Amino acid sequence: MTIQESGKITHPLNVIVATDCGSTTTKAILIEKVGDEYRQTYRGEAPTTVEAPFEDVTRGVLNAIAEIEELSGRKILDGDKIITPCRDAKTGVDIYISTSSAGGGLQMMVTGVVQNMTGESAQRAALGAGAIVIDVLASNDGRLPHEKIERIRTMRPDMILMSGGTDGGAVTHVVEMAEYISAAEPRPRFGATYKLPLVYAGNKDAQPQVKKILGEKTALVLTDNIRPVLERENLAPARNKIHDLFLEHVMQQAPGYKKLIEMAGAPIMPTPAAVGVIMETIAKREHLNLIGVDIGGATTDVFSVFEGLFNRTVSANLGMSYSISNVLAEAGLANIMRWVPFTIDEQTLRNRIKNKMVRPTTIPQTLDELQIEHAIAREALRLALIHHKSLATALKGIQQERTISDVFEQQQSGKTLIDMLKLDLIVGSGGILSHAPRRVQSMLMMVDAYEPLGVTRLSVDSIFMMPHLGVLSTINEKAATDVFVRDCMVYLGTCVAPIGQGKDGERCADYVITFPDGRVDKGQLLFGDLRLVPLAGDQKASITIQPAKQVNLGAGAGLSVTREVQGGVVGLMLDSRGRPLQLPSDHNARVAALMKWYNAVGLYPTA
Amino acid sequence: MAHSYTPGLTVTEHTTVRRRRMLSLPGTVLVAAGEVVRANQAVARAELPGKVYPLNLANQLGVGPDEIQEYLIKKAGDRVQKDEILAENKPLIKWLKTEVRSPVTGVVESVSMVTGQVLLREPPRVLELLGYVDGRIVEVIPQQGAVVETDCSLVQGIFGIGGETRGEIMLAVTSPDEALTPRQLTAEMKGKIVVGGSFISSDALTRAKEVGVAGLVIGGIHDKDLRALLGYDLGVAITGTEQVGFTLILTEGFGAIPMAGKTFTLLSAHAGQPASISGATQIRAGVIRPEIIIPTQLSAVGTLSAVAVPQREGIRIGDQVRIIRDPLFGKIGEVSSLPSELQKIPTESEVRVMEVRFADGSKAVIPRTNIELIEGA
Repeated sequence: MTIQESGKITHPLNVIVATDCGSTTTKAILIEKVGDEYRQTYRGEAPTTVEAPFEDVTRGVLNAIAEIEELSGRKILDGDKIITPCRDAKTGVDIYISTSSAGGGLQMMVTGVVQNMTGESAQRAALGAGAIVIDVLASNDGRLPHEKIERIRTMRPDMILMSGGTDGGAVTHVVEMAEYISAAEPRPRFGATYKLPLVYAGNKDAQPQVKKILGEKTALVLTDNIRPVLERENLAPARNKIHDLFLEHVMQQAPGYKKLIEMAGAPIMPTPAAVGVIMETIAKREHLNLIGVDIGGATTDVFSVFEGLFNRTVSANLGMSYSISNVLAEAGLANIMRWVPFTIDEQTLRNRIKNKMVRPTTIPQTLDELQIEHAIAREALRLALIHHKSLATALKGIQQERTISDVFEQQQSGKTLIDMLKLDLIVGSGGILSHAPRRVQSMLMMVDAYEPLGVTRLSVDSIFMMPHLGVLSTINEKAATDVFVRDCMVYLGTCVAPIGQGKDGERCADYVITFPDGRVDKGQLLFGDLRLVPLAGDQKASITIQPAKQVNLGAGAGLSVTREVQGGVVGLMLDSRGRPLQLPSDHNARVAALMKWYNAVGLYPTA
Repeated sequence: MAHSYTPGLTVTEHTTVRRRRMLSLPGTVLVAAGEVVRANQAVARAELPGKVYPLNLANQLGVGPDEIQEYLIKKAGDRVQKDEILAENKPLIKWLKTEVRSPVTGVVESVSMVTGQVLLREPPRVLELLGYVDGRIVEVIPQQGAVVETDCSLVQGIFGIGGETRGEIMLAVTSPDEALTPRQLTAEMKGKIVVGGSFISSDALTRAKEVGVAGLVIGGIHDKDLRALLGYDLGVAITGTEQVGFTLILTEGFGAIPMAGKTFTLLSAHAGQPASISGATQIRAGVIRPEIIIPTQLSAVGTLSAVAVPQREGIRIGDQVRIIRDPLFGKIGEVSSLPSELQKIPTESEVRVMEVRFADGSKAVIPRTNIELIEGA
């Protein structure tokens, strides 16, 4: 196998080292050709080094690779250089490739003319694109011009979205705002090597003036007005531009990125793009409806393929380290507490979450800390899916209209493409899911957060290598497929969840499972039950479920369903806790219910 | 053993720092390279455009927007005093006369025949940019600002709120594990940088505001008290512009956590000396931590020393570390062993660990990611 780059044939590709530079950790994996197939053999990780004094992402890369060196006995580094190609069986690698999301979340500032009109539209556009809106500046926001200017400068946004004015309307205020931004000379957070991206989506008549004022000082992108007329909101073009700039521009500004590009033998891919490649490939190869998630430290990326249509969203404010406090702020304490199977006072929990925020690289050391992180992850996953559902709509590519009568309603129009009943597979990735000490923890986190309906298969990225394989697939499809099938994708099992609610202990459904060896397991599912039936990953069983009168498994209320289900490292999860899932409101009853469920599936070690 | 990078906060008796002082818009730089400056001295000045007041003349006069030109007394570019007539109509009957007076003193910036709106702009305001630290100018950026360098003691905090300020360091407690109570905050602490111990309660925060302290340096605070102080729940740690009456710097984290002995000792040693502090924090890639800068001495003009960039190596046996995750959160000890094999911890995760020895001789095994180096000589 050889790779061809810019027309030149290079060496055989037998040993590959790949890294993903995340916002918190840099993960390195070693892939080696063993016989005829490629296998992932060693992994190493190190904190991502974008903090002072290193401010150089390659330091973390070298540290992570050094860990692989130590574990594998292979010499890969020569000082600060990666030895390519292989010199002998134990020296060097044939190629180094990488993905990166080390830029962290997308922090945007938006501007409008009237705060509750264009200001809000701009905010919706930015939020929809997955940004954290750190401030909304408007001509009438009550702040003095110099306060606005100072704000732009001190906040160091990653990107600015400018809006304001209807097409053909007055240009003065938009131009004035452009002047303030110009006066602020906004500096991107990673130094002066690139210009701050700015999307202008305001009155199209002001484009020439805005271009004149900001064209030199910023990386200006002009797009359609998000409020072309007062009665209509047109967010898609601005959102798309924000997405593009985030993936291709902002995220790649981590310190040392230029060095990283030089080190790599193939173009550096943004992590979500690389994961997206993998997700899309799985869905297309197996003709599935799929939801994929990559929950990181700063962001949670959700991918979906329904009826062949691919969608991706980046929830830049939902993550397990940098953004952990934002999960608390968005979900609310009660929603996080509802998953914690013990009593903890609010103050302690709040302090712990804030401590994780200020020291994002730490890991839970005790079981209760792990359970708290898993509780927060459930909420981050849930919120990110809500965000995704609101964007993955049937109107993709078509302008979304908001009439004047809807101005005061914040709901999204357009039917979502995400149909949980038609969902075949959920794929989880990211530290909290890939590194959960027990696989069943990943499975239940996703089941609790997504509440799959009917019969849904679940899988997880074994040690978080989907980004690596996504970029690898662009240079060597076989190596990526080999490793993906054998080492990456871990099928957890299948979740069977009837739709409907009932009192705890009431009959939900009867089931008959016929195993491949002919064994038959018959039983009854009661509301409030969660059960695990062992079924190995290479096994398929047949399940027939006869739901109670008011309960539905996809065929209609009370109608029997027979499906073939695939096993996994966890097995078959029979979830008759009810859909929508409702937890007891009483604290003690809730803790008792959680303990019952967690023990039923062996979620955590028991004392 | 692999080269292991560990994040850390600097607490050092002697270092040299440079701080870039930049105007928010082009102006005049008031200092020259080599000049010695004081923290409260202006190093640059800019004129900020005044506040803009829109006034719809067409509505007030009851005429069409395209007609207002003929009623204007003042034209675009004219200066105007508060209450001076901007426009008036000329009715046949005198008592039907309408006069529109200026609500501000300033300049008529523009008159729109499309909207009938007049924009008035107040006179520019002068913004002075201070030096922030006592030091010397090592670089001047024309029209924008300057770089100040100072030899100093430096303490980096983990999190802060509020902007730059300065004052004399004053200790309010006698030991790093003592909590700061309202009673310890006295009137003489007005304008001072008050150093507490392990914790500050909401009552003491209120008292600090009453007293008028310039800054508070403390081990920890409860998140709920921070929320009450700010008036909102902080989602992402990007701070520096809060205005709560003082600048707050946490050296350890959230909760009641004794201040690291090294930090407390350093601050104690400099009691009575002026310090510059900033609460600005950005916890994300490109991190900014809050800081306490205590200038030690001013070098004579012309003896500009090179800035020593601290070279941080991996963690070593004997290094002083702070544990930054429960159950031993906040404890400080010394690295006693660095095993390279993965070890199983109570969560059942297999991770790289280190052994830490505490002052009382006891030892604990801690995941490597859950410690922080206390840096600086």
